[in-house]
Amino acid sequence: MDLDLDERTLAFRDEARAWLAANVPAEPLKSFDTAEGFAQHREWECRLADARWSVVSWPREFGGRDASLLEWVLFEEEYYAAGAPLRVNQNGIFMLAPTLFSHGTEEQQRRILPKMARSEEVWAQAWSEPEAGSDIAALRSTATRCDGGWRVSGQKTWSSRATFADRAFGLFRSDPDSVRHKGLIYLMVDLRAEGVTVRPIPQLDGEPGFAEIFFDDVFVPDQDVIGAPGEGWRVAMTTANNERGLSLRSPGRFLAAADRLVSLWHDAGRPAHTADRVADAWIGARAYQLYTLGTVTRLSDGAELGPESSVNKLFWSHLDVALHETALDILGPDAELRGAWSDGWLFSLAGPIYGGTDQIQRSIVAERLLGLPKGAR
Amino acid sequence: MRFALSGEQEQFSRSLHDLLSGVDTDSANRSWAAGDHGPGLKIWRRLAELGVTALAVPEKYDGFGATPVDLAVGFERLGYHCVPGPWTDTVAVLPSLLDDELLTSVASGETLASVAFAPHVPYALDSDVADARLAVEKGRLRAFTPGALLSSVDGSRRLFQPVAGDDLGTALDAEHAFELGCLATAAQLLGTGRWLLDTSVAYAAQRKQYGREIGGYQAVKHLLADVATGLALAEPLLFGAAVTLDRRDVSAAKVACGDAAHLAARTGLQVHGAIGYTAEHALGLRLTRVRALVGAWGTPRFHRERVLS
Repeated sequence: MDLDLDERTLAFRDEARAWLAANVPAEPLKSFDTAEGFAQHREWECRLADARWSVVSWPREFGGRDASLLEWVLFEEEYYAAGAPLRVNQNGIFMLAPTLFSHGTEEQQRRILPKMARSEEVWAQAWSEPEAGSDIAALRSTATRCDGGWRVSGQKTWSSRATFADRAFGLFRSDPDSVRHKGLIYLMVDLRAEGVTVRPIPQLDGEPGFAEIFFDDVFVPDQDVIGAPGEGWRVAMTTANNERGLSLRSPGRFLAAADRLVSLWHDAGRPAHTADRVADAWIGARAYQLYTLGTVTRLSDGAELGPESSVNKLFWSHLDVALHETALDILGPDAELRGAWSDGWLFSLAGPIYGGTDQIQRSIVAERLLGLPKGAR
Repeated sequence: MRFALSGEQEQFSRSLHDLLSGVDTDSANRSWAAGDHGPGLKIWRRLAELGVTALAVPEKYDGFGATPVDLAVGFERLGYHCVPGPWTDTVAVLPSLLDDELLTSVASGETLASVAFAPHVPYALDSDVADARLAVEKGRLRAFTPGALLSSVDGSRRLFQPVAGDDLGTALDAEHAFELGCLATAAQLLGTGRWLLDTSVAYAAQRKQYGREIGGYQAVKHLLADVATGLALAEPLLFGAAVTLDRRDVSAAKVACGDAAHLAARTGLQVHGAIGYTAEHALGLRLTRVRALVGAWGTPRFHRERVLS
């Protein structure tokens, strides 16, 4: 058991650190849920991609560096420690891309991944439906076979990034007689296609981070089906584990925030009433970092991400909220003013909801990891 | 970077588990609490045969010179099985305090030690059964004689007021000894928490109320899922601290393992209901052990302060 980095890995980390120090914008970008901020973020992604830092773990042919999982984790730590912008295309890079690598055809990979790496195409996720929420298997939007593809009708909601994104991915019911997890199809849809209407939904911060997407007989060509029709659920599970698990919530982000929180506390004169919570936030961030290194080791040994992803998600989503609420309590009356901490707090509140609510995650942990009897959710 | 136990460490953990699963540590704890050390010492000798007492002893005194990670592996299993006796003092702490022939008999399992460590360990554990009694203060060692027997919330921890005697000179490495004492305590807390979770899950899966297993109720499931999450994230802190022995990491591990074990104990009692509140049930032994260990080798307050300093 060791935490030592070999020379090659150290060199990788140093290169990342140096590049970020020289290139991270001095002024924070505007929120990517505004038109102006979205454009700024696209530009930033392009700059990252030019230096091959946008998708470090991908193969070189698609714009990556063939970085190991460990190198990816170290890159993320450097990225957030440097105060670099959030990733506007994270739905694509961290949710759709792993699915394409596992289930996509060679043609799909060649067509889609290079544009994703440069954020020439930014992706929205289209999982939730008005009556479904965390119960994705209850979705009702349909895909009907037609010549050369599928005709899609229905509605998605709470779709992150859909307001400004170019394309979306999600599940649709391809067999009208099927129930629950069977008979679903995984599709990639052009948000500018005929029949698509996107209605922005402002989030708590007032910006349209969400949208409803209405599909009125929208044509999706066969080339945009991932995996076999009817097998969508199985294909989607790769994405769900990735979302809950390793990739979307980098430990680097929490550790950087925890370090800032400890500094904030010292600068505020070490207020005693928040001391325990500041310490616990740092302890939690360090725990999550080490837990991730354990996951990296297991995956390098050939294990797959399983229901442990739910342990992961329960933990970081609460850590994120606690960390920001502690910061706001330290700030006192100024916490009410909009700023980095209050924006981070608003952002953190979504954690225990998306990608499966806390309640869904706890049931997964209890049933699939602890082996308790299955029951109604 | 390889953040996982080695095959040997996994094997060592399994050997300890197999041995301890075959002995009745619950009744050994009860005898120990009543002043009868016989059954507990029998377990001590069997664990000594497996090499547990020799772990941190240098090779020149017939020990293994094992790493803190090995110690954490061993102490996690001692905690899981709630083994009575001054294990932390003897196996984790003493070898860093002395460079002395005495360690040969520690390694072989003949000598038990009781260590008071001012100011965080004011009372000495099991001084009546230990032959080596040392008080550490500001880097110096003193012999002590046990004064009054104090009553611990955990009856199988027999605490004594140390009465200082001869000055024995400078401790070999008091700081290192302290970190290992904290680490061993954190490891026992993690192990005890895991026993509490396993036992509560097993109970919830068979105990029926209103016609179905209580573990099928979401309210119970979700309590246990939170325990599992706490323990899962405390573990990497424990082993991370064992690798770095950095003060901040050791304190983080002590706090997190204590919190996770405490949640496991409180949840375990809630899941078991009244049966868990009886002295006959094994749960109570762990519940009070956890409470005692949370405050031993540095309180949560002390360790949180170290995290922030």
